Amino acid sequence: MANNNVFIALQNNEEARPIIEAIEQDNSEARVEYAPAMVKIDAPGRLVVRRETVEGLIGRDWDPQELHINLISLSGNVDEDDDEIVLRRGN
Amino acid sequence: MAANKRLSLREKYQKFTRDLAWEPTYQKKSDIFPQTEFEGIHIHDWDKWEDPFRLTVDAYWKYQAEKERKLYSIIDAFSQNNGQLNVTDARYVNALKLFLTGVSPLEYAAHRGFAMAGRQFGGVGPQVSCQMQSIDELRHSQTQIHTISQYNKFFNGFHDWRHMHDRVWYLSVPKSFFDDAMSAGPFEFLTAISFSFEYVLTNLLFMPFMSGAAYNGDMATVTFGFSAQSDESRHMTLGLEVIKFMLEQDERNVPIIQKWIDKWFWRGYRLLSLVSMMMDYMLPKRVMSWKEAWEMYFEENGGALFEDLSRYGIRMPKYWDVSVKEKHRLSHEVWSIFYNYDHAAAFHSWLPDESEMEWLSAKYPDTFDKYYRPRFEYWRSLQQNGERWYNNTLPMLCQTCQIPMAFTEPDDPTQICYRSSEYNGDRYHFCSDGCKDIFDDEPEKYVQAWLPVHQIYQGNCGGASVPEVLEWYHLVDDQDNKEYLESPDRANWLRWKGLSDAEADREVKAAVNE
Repeated sequence: MANNNVFIALQNNEEARPIIEAIEQDNSEARVEYAPAMVKIDAPGRLVVRRETVEGLIGRDWDPQELHINLISLSGNVDEDDDEIVLRRGN
Repeated sequence: MAANKRLSLREKYQKFTRDLAWEPTYQKKSDIFPQTEFEGIHIHDWDKWEDPFRLTVDAYWKYQAEKERKLYSIIDAFSQNNGQLNVTDARYVNALKLFLTGVSPLEYAAHRGFAMAGRQFGGVGPQVSCQMQSIDELRHSQTQIHTISQYNKFFNGFHDWRHMHDRVWYLSVPKSFFDDAMSAGPFEFLTAISFSFEYVLTNLLFMPFMSGAAYNGDMATVTFGFSAQSDESRHMTLGLEVIKFMLEQDERNVPIIQKWIDKWFWRGYRLLSLVSMMMDYMLPKRVMSWKEAWEMYFEENGGALFEDLSRYGIRMPKYWDVSVKEKHRLSHEVWSIFYNYDHAAAFHSWLPDESEMEWLSAKYPDTFDKYYRPRFEYWRSLQQNGERWYNNTLPMLCQTCQIPMAFTEPDDPTQICYRSSEYNGDRYHFCSDGCKDIFDDEPEKYVQAWLPVHQIYQGNCGGASVPEVLEWYHLVDDQDNKEYLESPDRANWLRWKGLSDAEADREVKAAVNE
């Protein structure tokens, strides 16, 4: 039944792979599930996509808004700034 | 601009969005935005509206252009390489027929709806969000039409989707859903479409279905689907924000919003019954069952969302428990409706083969073998005797959702669920308590429903016989409609794939993605 998870779903493609890897690095409790053509990542309560981690993996500047290009879906309250995108459940 | 002078995302959003607003001096605000009050929603401070993505117009165009470039290069590759021949089976294409006639026109309706809603909001935050969404929705309908046009060159039933959307009986289900939302006020429209449909329910359409398209080799649909879905994430976020914004503005808004959530959850859920059938019956290779998808995206994820909203005094939508009871039977009941009435539909239906029945038994252990397998086996025996069953008695439709009344009692899958209400001396019929409640709250709206069956009987649909109605639908008998096994689509498919008819009789293994 109901859980406290937030999730993000991304296309399973070349651009999204380092983002997925960054999410795995920054969210130790994240659970990554692969379906045809897409990846769904669940995490309890909170999930962060950090610019710095992605940049470290791709070796160039990365604007968190680039996430939009390969984003499929998400769930949770969103907060975005220059350094990260956070999904969270309310208290 | 020098790097050290670059605006932060927050500053940029402030300058490019909020700073575009002005206070009117020679007109009253209530004259400029005449629809903001009649629904009973109280707004005190539009500046409290948050766009969490802080997307500004310059960034919007940049990313949308990139999405389009990616999409169109794939569409080109798809048509140049005859991608339509790479799908698992020609049966799959029928899901696309339903999509083009049922969903793509809703994208266009959403384009109009968000343009209208955005015009009515007195704050610049929602104006900009609605404007972007309106443009997104136009893009979705265009890219879908463009992509699916490749299939129109090879398969029947795609030729006049816009005409069909206004006329064909089951397409009144999606059409009336959106008309209902667009003829409400702007706040109800956003609650209906942005929150209840996009935030709570569209994952059910786009995620398993698009992933299913990928699994069935349909590169084109996957691509437009995910391209649209990338916008959808932004729309969903808007949906949640609009709800939180209204709830935080005034506590008098809470019961109104709860009533809308109850209504639009049920309206959207009934609409998605078409998707349940696509998932369980129309994809030759299946990603997950409707029941599993409902558990994952509504019970678990929706449950978490409503727990989040409980601090505002919002509870789970009314009759969500009925949707959970129905998950064991929904797709089977709906597919049976189409099997019954496929002679008047713009796509083909068929009976699941034995390996597919096994999959359905495994996914629906409590219901499939008990209730639906015997029905399908009986229909198969008729078909083998050359008496493929078509139901020539037109069904009673639910006055609210407009689906034939074939759903069963929440606690008894063997008993058809009938509800009715009287209004101004006439009796109206419903498929469920959810649909009856919606009618009872606004009967003056729903008595106006354009019910296809009533319209046929009143002589408004080309005539009283099936051939006359088909002509009025722009459907060609024995070509666009009826049983898949006897269809020109199947004959063509076998020819293109170099398969003999004997080869084609070989059962296609229903793949199970564990």
